[in-house]
Amino acid sequence: MTPVGIAFRLLVLVLMVAFLANPGLFEPLLLPLTRNGAPAIYVQGDLVALTLNHLAIVAMATGAATIIAVGLAMLVSRPSGVEFLPLSRSIVNIGQTFPPVAVLAIAVPLVGFGDRPALIALFLYGLLPIFENALVGLTGVPAAVADAARGMGLTPRQILFRVDLPLALPLILSGVRLSAVIALSTAAIGSTVAAKTLGEVIIAGLLSGNTAFVVQGGLLVAGLAILIDGVFVAAERFAAHRVGALQLRTA
Amino acid sequence: MIEIGHVTRKFGAAVAVDDVTVTAPGGAITALVGTSGSGKTTLLRMINRLIEPTSGTIAIDGVDTRTLKPFELRRRIGYVIQGDGLFPHRSVAGNIGTVPALLGWDRPRIRARVAELMEMFQLDPAVYARRLPHELSGGQRQRVGVARALAAGPRVLLMDEPFGALDPIIRLKAQDDLLALQKRLGTTIVLVTHDMNEALRLGDFIAVMDAGKLLQFATPAEMLVRPATPFVEELIGTGDRPFRLLALAPVSEIVEPGTAGGPPVPATATQYEALASLAWDGRSAAPVAAPDGTIVGIVTVTGLLRHAARPR
Repeated sequence: MTPVGIAFRLLVLVLMVAFLANPGLFEPLLLPLTRNGAPAIYVQGDLVALTLNHLAIVAMATGAATIIAVGLAMLVSRPSGVEFLPLSRSIVNIGQTFPPVAVLAIAVPLVGFGDRPALIALFLYGLLPIFENALVGLTGVPAAVADAARGMGLTPRQILFRVDLPLALPLILSGVRLSAVIALSTAAIGSTVAAKTLGEVIIAGLLSGNTAFVVQGGLLVAGLAILIDGVFVAAERFAAHRVGALQLRTA
Repeated sequence: MIEIGHVTRKFGAAVAVDDVTVTAPGGAITALVGTSGSGKTTLLRMINRLIEPTSGTIAIDGVDTRTLKPFELRRRIGYVIQGDGLFPHRSVAGNIGTVPALLGWDRPRIRARVAELMEMFQLDPAVYARRLPHELSGGQRQRVGVARALAAGPRVLLMDEPFGALDPIIRLKAQDDLLALQKRLGTTIVLVTHDMNEALRLGDFIAVMDAGKLLQFATPAEMLVRPATPFVEELIGTGDRPFRLLALAPVSEIVEPGTAGGPPVPATATQYEALASLAWDGRSAAPVAAPDGTIVGIVTVTGLLRHAARPR
């Protein structure tokens, strides 16, 4: 990450913390976006709580997607699991093909309103990038390294956990980053089914014709996405350096 | 000692190794030579059961390899491959300590063993122990690869084109190091190479393979003098055969009584080196010095040439 990139992300962090700690400070900036004396700052709900809940939903959905997708990739990258590759790929592809809105519509009658339908939609939507990245990483271990591992007497399980997974880590992290960033923006839709996310602020703005609400909700989500992306990029860099693969990355 | 008895390996209809019977003597280097596709690597990989024979038996020091679990067998056998195969995410020390860790050695013992090996391979532990493989030169990586293979003190070391990725000068040094190491440890080594020069230089014995069959198993001198088939002869190359023969024996074997002037030739030098030195100086004879510096006799161009001639 360049110094400019770090400085930019720090600025985003500072602005977000300042806004959440004292939204009133930003009222003059948002006031021009309101009409007919409507409030510029969303006060119907606690912005800090909404932000934290938004993050929690994303973390849970992405965490679960990571466990399932990496687990599947581990299974189908072993010789004994190769035959499950087409099936696994179909499952994660369906998760990606169904629009989250449609998943929400289907999930509400099953699990009711609230955070749960949003979790399901984000979980399904997040599987594909993690699965495909993990699969490329787990099957892309250099032939000489794989041969040496076997030749030195590592068992298949030891090869998976001590060689393949550590070497695939940068790519797995890259997949998790993609999923997390997509989930951060998609989670806002969850508020259409009463999930407690920052989407609530945006939807309130849309319903009442208050552009200031839409902008502050949107900017908060965007800020979170930028910060999460930065954290994962740094983690990827570190992991890639550990495996000596930094020179392979162009980004 | 590695006894290979009637070993055949088929891949589908193709026969990669065809009824090979050969014994690699204990405490010696056996070079397995052949062109690509000759089955030499398949044969090597059957010794540590990376490939299972279709039929036949392999025994190491009298123990049939099938009586052990494959991973247990492999932990007892050193394995070095071309391009080193180091774990890119493990430090030099972590790489070298792989097999001892698998065998459950305690940490102080592993650390001591790693330090011992690193010094043996001229890698200062204080400088290199924590480096990652991509921070090393090609020659250093190759040495770490051999150190890793020797970490648990295996009696047998299998090497598949171990010097293939090195540039010529570093390769010569690495070959010398391997010879010195083998002398010191007495390890039984089987080394696969496509390079007959390397085989002649390193092997106590050479096994030549072609199209899955073993064509000849002999000492380097014997193979030079009496190649079993035209193919073996072609591999050896007949153009500089006398010089290669001279390169296999030390000067000490052909010392004659007498005196000669000029700087002495060491008795441990090869006859090839002695001839080169005499030819370059335009001398017909030179004194021979034992390792302790005493002059033990002379070596003559005539004597050298006599030794270079085809034995009858």
